[in-house]
Amino acid sequence: MSKKVAFLQGNEAAAHGALYAGCDFFAGYPITPSTEVSEVLSAELPKIGGKFMQMEDEIAAMAAILGASLAGAKVCTSTSGPGLSLKQELIGYGCIAEIPCVVYNVMRGGPSTGMPTGPSQSDVMSAKWGTHGDHPAICLTPASVQETYEEVIRAFNLAEKYRTPVMVMPDEIVAHMRERVVFPEKGEIAIVPRKSPTVPPEQYKPYDTSFGDVPPLAAFGSGYKFHVTGLNKMQDGFPTTKADVVQAEEERQIRKVDANIDDIVTFEEYMLDDAEVVVVAYGSTSRSARFAVNVAREQGIKAGMFRIKTFWPFPDKQIKALAAKVKGIVIPEMNLGMCSLELERCAQGKVPVLGIFRVDGEPINPDQILAKIKEVK
Amino acid sequence: MAFDYDKWIRPGKLPHIWCPGCGHGIVMKGLIRAMDTLNLKKEETAVVSGIGCASRLPGYIDCCTLHTAHGRAAAFATGVKMAKPEMNVILVGGDGDGTAIGGNHFIHACRRNINMTYIIMNNYIYGMTGGQFSPCTPTGHKASTTPYGNPDPGFDIAKLAIGAGATFVARGTAFHANQIDKLIAEAIQHKGFSVVEILDDCPTTYGRRNKYKSVIEMMNRLKDVAVPVKAAEKMTAEQLQGKVLTGVLYKDDTKPEYTAEYAKVIERAQAAK
Repeated sequence: MSKKVAFLQGNEAAAHGALYAGCDFFAGYPITPSTEVSEVLSAELPKIGGKFMQMEDEIAAMAAILGASLAGAKVCTSTSGPGLSLKQELIGYGCIAEIPCVVYNVMRGGPSTGMPTGPSQSDVMSAKWGTHGDHPAICLTPASVQETYEEVIRAFNLAEKYRTPVMVMPDEIVAHMRERVVFPEKGEIAIVPRKSPTVPPEQYKPYDTSFGDVPPLAAFGSGYKFHVTGLNKMQDGFPTTKADVVQAEEERQIRKVDANIDDIVTFEEYMLDDAEVVVVAYGSTSRSARFAVNVAREQGIKAGMFRIKTFWPFPDKQIKALAAKVKGIVIPEMNLGMCSLELERCAQGKVPVLGIFRVDGEPINPDQILAKIKEVK
Repeated sequence: MAFDYDKWIRPGKLPHIWCPGCGHGIVMKGLIRAMDTLNLKKEETAVVSGIGCASRLPGYIDCCTLHTAHGRAAAFATGVKMAKPEMNVILVGGDGDGTAIGGNHFIHACRRNINMTYIIMNNYIYGMTGGQFSPCTPTGHKASTTPYGNPDPGFDIAKLAIGAGATFVARGTAFHANQIDKLIAEAIQHKGFSVVEILDDCPTTYGRRNKYKSVIEMMNRLKDVAVPVKAAEKMTAEQLQGKVLTGVLYKDDTKPEYTAEYAKVIERAQAAK
């Protein structure tokens, strides 16, 4: 039997990816350019007994998915720049209270209202540093419609596996372009369930580290009763200011991601074997980068591309290895230099990092990238 | 026989954080008696709050409890209720949490008429942060941020709830302790969004700035201003000047409840499939 195929927009694919992953509660607020996710899920979720809510504001949407997740639902919200800013406090709540959820954020021009219909990649730092305090961050940056579909599924899996908010951040070009999507069969992509408690209710503690760095999470209304707070907490969920407990809990939350980087970080290596110049790119920008690398190769320049699929945690190890063997790194991005800061950190001054930064709402074209590749001596 | 509160209190979690003379403990006891009267199952009951002194209440109650972010209790609780409509969902919090930073979530929970009960402890002040004026601080009164008297007019929480679409609205006071459990029990039994405002006192950050010499004086004020709705019917407008109505102020059993309405959405979607 041939697989089901559709011609979809990135946002529509994201909604279908959420459904494949088992999402049964979505709360959102209308915002350009991500609203299509809401539109598709408002139609599709009730068909499978799931629930869609349009909340009174962005903050409420984030709060509702956190509440629903604690009551056992698989949850998602979608937004864009200004909405992401509004959600940030509660994204931090999700991190400290360790509540699985997926935040799908389409990157548009900013700051503030910026260019609601223009593409951008300027939210990647917000994904890690937007909420206050130290916290784990996972952020995926798909580059095609098919990949958006698949990365949303992976985001659900990572959120449930590591019990933390996970962001998926396509730029507006990926979110709004239409491409062919091949749907996987049921069961073809594994769906990771939440770790549920194995102890009886009277012994249950919501942050019990005797089960590892990711403690099992019970659902409200499933026979378990427990306390959840945004305060620094002990293993039983109740607040504490005890220095050693707070330190250990904060470090464990970070460790959930840091100790599993190889499980989380994904990337694509394109013509890197003999590359002397590497273009590091993510999202739609990588499509121009691939074209530029192809042209450079035709002209005898040993160029390659490292495509970031998982922006956070950042692929430090891979970039450090590349920096040790290439002559220069080129980074095209639709912001004024965000990924480039991370690349400079990883390159440690060993090779130049040459940026092409556009915030004018226009995509970065291959010619610009090719010209920059040629600047590497 | 004295009522056994301990069976609803989490072992080892007392003493609470509230100051001597604060009415929040009286409200908590009222809530516990209401839950006990209705035989609510602890595992099937979620108590959800925001931030502030009143919002610390869930930590003491032996149920599924969720202490959220400032102002967001109603929005978190909406998610809990939608995921598990069979659960009893009770919100607790203060006037600043519920009507300032949480005002938008409050009015929209009222509008949806989602079957939850919101107990607002109105002590006219932000107590936890040291006594800044809230949307309920009376005009002219002193707070740490209104040293020359409060220029802002206040909210009437009950009117706000009725105007926004809540279908059960009641008001009590911390002085009238024996009425609190009855109002809360009736609110929980109501199918729709119910609001119970309890006029409360904060001797520490409000009373002493506003010339209340003692907790007793603050409690006596609550006693004096409260007029039961039935009694008010026989009083003139002049007699009601400066008084506050207590009891069940509004009840509407005809407006559709939200989780039931969403169940119909699912039915329609599945029929159209």
